[in-house]
Amino acid sequence: MVGLDLVESKLEPTRAVYSQEIPAGEPWIHPLRKGQYFRIVDLHGNQAVDTLFYNEHDYSDRYSAQDTIQQQGNIYLTTGTKLMSTGGTVLLTIVADTCGRHDTLGGACATESNMVRYALEKRHMHACRNSFMKAVIEWDHGMSKRDIVSNINFFMNVPVTREGKLTFEDGISEPGKYVEMRAEIDVLVLISNCPQLNNPCNAYNPTPVQVLIWNVPET
Amino acid sequence: MEENSVFWEETIQPGAAWSHVLKRGTALRLVDLEGGANVGAIFYNFDCPVERYNMPDTLKAQHIARLTKGFVLYSDMGRILCSIVEDKVGWHDPIGGTSNAKLVKARYGSSRYQEQRNDYHKNGRDSFLIEMGKWGLGPRDLTANVNFFTRVDVAEDGSVSFGPDNSKAGDFVELRAEMNILVILNTCPHPLDPNPRYEPKPVRLSVRRAPVPGADDPCRVSRAENGRGFTLTERYFL
Repeated sequence: MVGLDLVESKLEPTRAVYSQEIPAGEPWIHPLRKGQYFRIVDLHGNQAVDTLFYNEHDYSDRYSAQDTIQQQGNIYLTTGTKLMSTGGTVLLTIVADTCGRHDTLGGACATESNMVRYALEKRHMHACRNSFMKAVIEWDHGMSKRDIVSNINFFMNVPVTREGKLTFEDGISEPGKYVEMRAEIDVLVLISNCPQLNNPCNAYNPTPVQVLIWNVPET
Repeated sequence: MEENSVFWEETIQPGAAWSHVLKRGTALRLVDLEGGANVGAIFYNFDCPVERYNMPDTLKAQHIARLTKGFVLYSDMGRILCSIVEDKVGWHDPIGGTSNAKLVKARYGSSRYQEQRNDYHKNGRDSFLIEMGKWGLGPRDLTANVNFFTRVDVAEDGSVSFGPDNSKAGDFVELRAEMNILVILNTCPHPLDPNPRYEPKPVRLSVRRAPVPGADDPCRVSRAENGRGFTLTERYFL
């Protein structure tokens, strides 16, 4: 896409201290220490990776879409974006991005919102909010639905028109595209690798993604 | 608005906060008295506040990044908290968020009650949290807010900008409660407002009786998604 500033990382996957593939429809919850680098790889292209971040020492201080938009004056996330919390904390900074644009407004699918958006009988279908709920229950640190706020959709393209319409455009990601962040404080990452089958955001074929963590940047 | 259906009216002073449980079957009208007002707002299902206004669900169900007459505000549970049944403004902001103490101090300078009494500078985040605390809600319950009377434009490259002169003196918006909703409001300046001076505006509000929407209600029939949203909301009360 014209005008996107694509920045590659120098970090070698073989030097990562952690690497995990997340199948479609699965959650992933994991802490990051301050200074660690965190990469999400869109292995097969155009997969929605619904992601939330929390201050590891105070889960009420969490990623805020509106504070992030306000701080950078832009609705899209890419290299240089500081991911802000409700308390005004910089949680992470995006340091590399080979996709070029990520969504702040579309949020997560839920069984309830699927009923509104598609049909009442869609309630049984797997959805990101259920994955988020399962992950925070199993994490067993007292988190609940109160902690599940408007999330980032990595690799999704959701533009807003001059007339104030929200549109869901064809993806701009491809197999192997990635986004990489540096943790500016100790954070907790919560991901739902999106299982949505009701719209073309994943080309009706949700696929696995990979997450990697490095302790220090390589030069 | 029929005069005899109004229960009461009051003014929210500049930079002040307000909260109320707006019952199903009533409506809240907000009037921008001087022009250029901003009303930050968050909504909860009062019967079960873990159900609350959800920005992405509101935007993607209706394919919008602005609010006006005919649109509705969704909870995270697929139900409609309130509907916008009247609007003279045409654009209300669902994405710009609210100010915090750091932003207000950086933009307008230091300000304390000790010197300025009730004109001291308030910020949106603290105003929300103080008012929410009165109902037993805290930071974990803080969620994306709406800004009535303010327009935020998004350019092709995604950059956001404050739309000047969006709301005129006398402009109003009216919200019909579709559930019993806890409404948390404040009149702090919008975080993207370029005005270098702290000049919040007052807003007149009134609460009136409003019949529950019929089968041909404009908000219900505006799109199929909203029809299903009203169905799910009505089932909650059966």
